[in-house]
Amino acid sequence: MSPVHTERPVEPASPGRGHPPALELRGIDKRFGPVHANRAVSFSVARGTVHGLIGENGAGKSTLMNIVYGFHRADAGEVWVHGRRADIHRPHDAIAAGIGMVHQHFMLVDNFTVLENVVLGVEGGWLLADGLARARAELERIARDYGLAVPLDAVVEHLPVGLQQRVEILKALYRRAELLILDEPTAVLTPQETEQLFRMLARLREQGKTVILVTHKLREIMAVTDRVTVMRQGAVVHETATSETSERALAEKMVGRAVSLQVEKTSARPGDVLLAVHDLEVRDRLGVTRVKGASFELRAGEILGLAGVAGNGQSELLEALAGILKPSRGEIVFNGAALVRSGLGPRDRRRLGLAHVPEDRLHRGTVAAFSAQDNAILGYQDQPAYSRGGFLRRSAILAGCERKMRAYDVRPPDPGLRLSAFSGGNQQKLVLAREIDSAPQVLLVGQPTRGVDIGAVEFIHGRLVGLRDAGKALLLVSVELDEILGLADRILVMFGGRIVGEVVPAEASEEKLGLMMAGVKEGKA
Amino acid sequence: METYTLIVLLLAATIRVATPLLLAALAGMFSERSGVIDLGLEGKMLGAAFAAAAASAVTGSVWAGLAAGILTSVALALLIGFACITHRGNQVVAAMAVNIMVAGLGPSLALAWFHLGGQTPQLDALGQRFVEIVWPWAERAREAPLPGLLYAELLSGHNLVVYLAAALLPAGAWVLYRTRFGLRLRAVGENPAAVDTAGISVNGLRYQAVLISGMLCGVAGAYLSTAASSGFVRDMTAGKGYLALAALIFGKWRPYPTLGACLLFAFTDALAARLQGVALPVVGVIPVQFILALPYVLTVLLLAGFVGKAIAPKAIGVPYAKED
Amino acid sequence: MSAPGRLPRWADVGLLPVVSLLAALAASAALIALVGESPGEALRLMAAGAFGSQEAAGYTLYYATNFIFTGLAVAVAFHAGLFNIGCEGQAYVGGLGVGLVCLGLDHHWPFWAILPAAMIAAAGFGAAWAFIPAWLQARRGSHIVITTIMFNFIASALMTWLLVEVLIKPGQQSPESREFASAAWLPTMSALFGHVGLRLSASPLNLAFVLALAASAFVWVFVWRTRWGYALRTVGQNPAAAVYAGISPPRVMLVAMLLSGALAGGLGLNEVMGVQHRLLLDFPGGAGFVGIAVALMGRNHPVGIFFAAVLFGALYQGGSQLSFDLPRINRDMVVVIQGLVILACGALENLFRTPLAALFARRCDSGAGD
Repeated sequence: MSPVHTERPVEPASPGRGHPPALELRGIDKRFGPVHANRAVSFSVARGTVHGLIGENGAGKSTLMNIVYGFHRADAGEVWVHGRRADIHRPHDAIAAGIGMVHQHFMLVDNFTVLENVVLGVEGGWLLADGLARARAELERIARDYGLAVPLDAVVEHLPVGLQQRVEILKALYRRAELLILDEPTAVLTPQETEQLFRMLARLREQGKTVILVTHKLREIMAVTDRVTVMRQGAVVHETATSETSERALAEKMVGRAVSLQVEKTSARPGDVLLAVHDLEVRDRLGVTRVKGASFELRAGEILGLAGVAGNGQSELLEALAGILKPSRGEIVFNGAALVRSGLGPRDRRRLGLAHVPEDRLHRGTVAAFSAQDNAILGYQDQPAYSRGGFLRRSAILAGCERKMRAYDVRPPDPGLRLSAFSGGNQQKLVLAREIDSAPQVLLVGQPTRGVDIGAVEFIHGRLVGLRDAGKALLLVSVELDEILGLADRILVMFGGRIVGEVVPAEASEEKLGLMMAGVKEGKA
Repeated sequence: METYTLIVLLLAATIRVATPLLLAALAGMFSERSGVIDLGLEGKMLGAAFAAAAASAVTGSVWAGLAAGILTSVALALLIGFACITHRGNQVVAAMAVNIMVAGLGPSLALAWFHLGGQTPQLDALGQRFVEIVWPWAERAREAPLPGLLYAELLSGHNLVVYLAAALLPAGAWVLYRTRFGLRLRAVGENPAAVDTAGISVNGLRYQAVLISGMLCGVAGAYLSTAASSGFVRDMTAGKGYLALAALIFGKWRPYPTLGACLLFAFTDALAARLQGVALPVVGVIPVQFILALPYVLTVLLLAGFVGKAIAPKAIGVPYAKED
Repeated sequence: MSAPGRLPRWADVGLLPVVSLLAALAASAALIALVGESPGEALRLMAAGAFGSQEAAGYTLYYATNFIFTGLAVAVAFHAGLFNIGCEGQAYVGGLGVGLVCLGLDHHWPFWAILPAAMIAAAGFGAAWAFIPAWLQARRGSHIVITTIMFNFIASALMTWLLVEVLIKPGQQSPESREFASAAWLPTMSALFGHVGLRLSASPLNLAFVLALAASAFVWVFVWRTRWGYALRTVGQNPAAAVYAGISPPRVMLVAMLLSGALAGGLGLNEVMGVQHRLLLDFPGGAGFVGIAVALMGRNHPVGIFFAAVLFGALYQGGSQLSFDLPRINRDMVVVIQGLVILACGALENLFRTPLAALFARRCDSGAGD
């Protein structure tokens, strides 16, 4: 299994202007049990550049950056920072070496003020009062220099996500970070916020800081980086100047073969309306209105895409349709049945033929500690196929699971294995098998390929299209624009809880969609 | 005036009952604000009560008793820390285990060492116990009207630990809100990952918090066996650790409201002792058990959100693991 | 990437509890040596005291009966993700139900009619006492660990008041009810076996033991073979997935706690109707807390719980024997051992799990090659 990797000589990047690289990794190797997360990774990042690190889920990018930041220890290899060997055992060492990291999930204390969050760990003395006063002056200076205005006395949990991210960057700069690592920073941002972030990064570069942008979005790499390193299966497979490559070339390096970014499908032949949504309003658990008066129809034989930046109401809309969230207004008519008025929950909706592949597979769609066969009946545990008189029909459950595993090529095909022992792709295939096996009229699908390897992606897309061609209706929610554009026959765009427009993929450019997702309203396309 | 004297005496009793509650609740505050559930207050106090009485009886010095009490309580705190912080064990289980173990350990060791059927020898007032400190002119002030009795009963006439507890409260509040340590402690109880990425050791902070809790519980336990009574008897904490935890929750994990809760709970206790078998106007005899159960009922009502709302530190009870 | 490492299932279920138990017993042995007795001698005396005769084994199983009930109670709540520390109070109140039925009916109804009434009362009262903390957790998010502890104290106050003021036998000093008429006594096992011609030595072991075994079978079927059990386990493992599957976590939590309280109430049958034949103060005697240890050691599975309960029964029975024979040891030593077992099996699990997992990983590696 373990291939021997010859160490490539690392050529110094050009914009360094005689400086040693801001970061140089030499032969970083890391295993988690049987998983070889990083295989002899070597590359360097020139000072004063924005460097992209790109790869699929599970390619080892996050592990690598966590090693640089001292969250994990490498089994072998060296980290050099600004020409000096850095012995990084814990985040403290990384901070001392001038490394700052903005994690995908913010590392903020929600009920602290911005100021308290920034000084945490570098309070400057036993007494808080003096340190806070000094920090305030220093932060006001940094905010001016970098254009990073944040209300210092605001409590963090009251700030919008974009500002919270700014607090994270402020934290790093306050600790005099010279090298800033951003892990998937745009996942939670609106397009405008992303624009702002990229402008901010350019400004940091002008000031001589070095930035590593970890992402799986090709567009971002092309937009903002100077160089890019591609990782696959734990190893560096490609490194180039951004100006000398293209999205397609990078995608092929990421996946390791030519990829069709296009999904093979014929044009849709929409039939009757199966699901009609009227003026739906949904509030989340905190009482915030997340869906504001959504109305649309879903027809047999079509895939309707729901596009939007994460957090604009798509998730809540999907959960309301599935019966998980209760709408505060409006109606959902499915096959003539008024679901809201008759108070039908997820179980009843499944029985009527409304199946749901949830966005968050691990949090919602499966039980990690259960076996595959127990997961294969989640949501269907009360149906006569699997339980009779309150008792579970164990042999039927086992047989059903074996059948689903065969049909969806779930590996290993072991119904007794704990779900957590399967890879993300195989877990997702099992979920898909469970929901499609119930022969639904309408399938709600959220992020069908999140955290799934490319091979499984093509399989899953094929199945979804197959279901459409069999005359079923699909509602697809995805934050991956490419996926929506490739799969959907019609696209609804959501912004701020409202459906702001409808487009046909053939006529929609990514730019146009992006504008709509940013809330810039256009005439009907 | 008779009622007035009664009230003053009741308040004086309240202060004496509240002292170990306050110490233990402060202990719990440090532990819980760092994210470690402190159900072990009961066991740590009980262990300290035994160790203090035993050491005091053997050495003849109440100070040696106090030291032994603190050491024992700290050792138990570290044991819980070892299980919950280092090995990420279930905090509730670890604390219950220690509580149960100590409930048996005290009488077992007492029997083996002193052969008095699970008790420690009676402590002398001289040197082996914390005795009341009478302030200047207290006796004379007692004769004087209103303020005199207050001075004599409420300010004067308590033992050293009572005054220590009174001083530790503002000190604890100051540490929690005005120092670097306090900031980090509050942070680690809310979001340990934030503390970790800020370059501070999560486990280090939690161990410090657990250690402080151990020390304060040690003082509380020593108070029970060498100040409030003269020796250790089986199960002498009698749920005071849980009551202190209830007070901490009632005080919403904040120092001064927690003091209020301790005083309220202590007052009900003192009142129950006074009201035993006394017929009151209108309601008649209130069963003493009902008054004693009042703190628990109040805490449940609070937790239910019927009396305000108690919001616990966000990360409480969750072991911190990096890889996730 | 789970840090403590993963074990093969047999090791997780069988080996790990045994290793933990041995560690706890080693610590206990050290303690016994510390108080100046010989651990080997103590072990021999305990074993003899617990299993040395039919009578001794009868006592052991009588204690085990209590622990099976409370262990099952803790386990059922645990499967729904709830930590029920309130078994002590629920058992206490469940016993009250049994006592009230017996006091009210013993002169009017025959045994075969009183028994089901008492069983319903035991389960009903126990469940009722669990209901309020359960409802508060399910509907208002009140932390069930704290509320059940509070309810233990409230139960204790309530029972003291009832026994001191209300149920006390007139003209008597100690707070106890009158003794039930024999129609409200559970038959002892020796009496039952006597009917079929088998002679057993007299011991407090009674019909409640059989009921405890039946409860174990019921719990197994309920948790692993019914759709309600499926719902229970889903809520315990992943409440969000439960909602997705159309299961209502608050409702499942309520059901789990009601069942838990009802099982804890079973202790009342054994103690009140089986042995004491009257209501008295503090008859659960800490069995509610032993239930935590039993459930942890038994991996929340009825079979494991049975063995763990018998082990603790042996500790209790053997321990009381020990305090007769060894002057430096009293019954409290058993409580210490109990605490050590909870610590080793429940809280320090990872201490043993990590090295064991490493051991297995190494063996697998060398076995499979690279």
